[in-house]
Amino acid sequence: MASAEIDVKYVAHLARLALTPEEEKQLGAQLGSILGYIEKLRELDVSGVEPTAHAVPMVNVTRADEIRPSLAHEDALRNAPKKGGGLFIVPKIVE
Amino acid sequence: MSLFHLWLNNSMLNQLTISELTAKLARREVSAREATQACLDQIARVDGKIHAFISHDAADALAQADAADKLISSGAIKPLLGVPIAIKDVLAVKNQPLNCASKILGNYISPYDATAIEKLKAAGAVVFGRLNMDEFAMGSSTENSAFGLTRNPWDVTRIPGGSSGGSAAAVAADECIASLGSDTGGSIRQPAALCGCVGLKPTYGRISRYGLVAFASSLDQIGPFTKDVRDAAILLGVMSGVDPRDSTSVPEPVPNYVAALDENIKGMRLGLPKEYMVGGLDAEVKASVDAAVKQYEKLGAEIVEISLPHTDYAVATYYIIATAEASANLARFDGIRYGARVDGADPIELYARTRGAGFGAEVKRRIILGTYVLSSGYHDAYYLQAQKVRTLIRNDFLKAFETVDAIVTPTTPTAAFKAGEKSGDPLQMYLSDIFTISCNLAGICGVSVPCGFTKNPKLPIGLQLLGRPFGEETLLKIAHAYEQATAWHREKAVF
Repeated sequence: MASAEIDVKYVAHLARLALTPEEEKQLGAQLGSILGYIEKLRELDVSGVEPTAHAVPMVNVTRADEIRPSLAHEDALRNAPKKGGGLFIVPKIVE
Repeated sequence: MSLFHLWLNNSMLNQLTISELTAKLARREVSAREATQACLDQIARVDGKIHAFISHDAADALAQADAADKLISSGAIKPLLGVPIAIKDVLAVKNQPLNCASKILGNYISPYDATAIEKLKAAGAVVFGRLNMDEFAMGSSTENSAFGLTRNPWDVTRIPGGSSGGSAAAVAADECIASLGSDTGGSIRQPAALCGCVGLKPTYGRISRYGLVAFASSLDQIGPFTKDVRDAAILLGVMSGVDPRDSTSVPEPVPNYVAALDENIKGMRLGLPKEYMVGGLDAEVKASVDAAVKQYEKLGAEIVEISLPHTDYAVATYYIIATAEASANLARFDGIRYGARVDGADPIELYARTRGAGFGAEVKRRIILGTYVLSSGYHDAYYLQAQKVRTLIRNDFLKAFETVDAIVTPTTPTAAFKAGEKSGDPLQMYLSDIFTISCNLAGICGVSVPCGFTKNPKLPIGLQLLGRPFGEETLLKIAHAYEQATAWHREKAVF
């Protein structure tokens, strides 16, 4: 298993999470001790064991492709932090 | 009835169970408005001290109660008609706020009902209030709320447990007849134990998760907090069933849970896992659980020692799987479609600033840990390894259930701890969930029922019963037999 050192700044970037320098320092220390504890899973031999993604194994749950009522346009926009012209307003993405 | 008796009758309405209240309503002894008003009065009296509720809309609750009274007088019969039920702030209730006790959702108002809420409403319940919780259900003490602490009604210097601390405290303080919570690693059973009420985590897939804000999708389940086991059976029956809007809900038939409660438990086999009776277990908690086991023997159950050999790995497994799933689920809170937004020069900066300002410390910790264990180079070592250990944990339980009908354990290693006692040490906080976490990993059902009190101070102790997947009928029957033989659930907090 990997070492119990996290590059917090890099992981925070992956998670799109702005942290203050104090938060980075504190998280680094706390996560180090949590990862240290988690290392105990290495003791177990899991060769030949299938991973469990869901406790109740169900596959390919499908339904008929039918038109049904869905959230109204104004309801979908109701909680938008910025909206206009029936759309979400977002910062410029393409120059 | 004298005026005094009328007053006494109505002033106690908030203390009733669902079955007691619905009986009184059916006999027209009381109205749904009176019962709802009694809960609102109790909130006005005590919630300044307890802070179980983030908010509640009294006028809307009374309007629902009036509608229920109209139906009752027209002769309608529904299982929850006129019963006030309060809701954890993680479930969508149409036109009510939903914050997950976080700042990041801003002034969010739910545009639709969760399926469980739809079912409560169809059954006639007065659905009201937003109950406090750990932010995004991440925590064991309700100290991680952006809306302040909830206090334990048995001792207001102590935590009510978490993450559904508001749901447990509101029931224990009789601010509602029953409440709903969610359980990802013990978030129903642990606070139920620490506040002295009944808390049920159904089998994964039993109740639709549609409209439950996702924390860890393979572990989350909705469940009830009630004043007795009968009420838990009533609410489970109302909320269970397959839902086309949740592809992980399971098309198992929904039995009549209430009808099975009074059956005899003679000859049933109860397993005592030897791994649960070890270090860190408080002496008074152990004594209460031992006494409960003796009680079961008196009731004719057979007690068998069993082994769940991978118990010691459950907390580590959980904190990989739950944080990994959370880091993916919480990616949707990015300031674009709903909630608060902090502007940035480009979308990436907007996301990062919004999330940095909106999430609290524990949520950030789990997002970072979850992102890390899923990141390139670490996925196999952490996440895949944990998923394999999860298989071993699940197999432990399935093997045990070949020989026993239910498993008996303490719900928590200690009674309620002091506010602030563990908030500085995340790992110690995580370890307080040691007895409840395996149930979610295995996808089985579990319930906590009151089984005694510590002496000084007097704090509730919970007995956990774990049952087979979709074995709630048997589980609740076993819990009910114990409850009928004891009076712990009738004790009320004085505060």
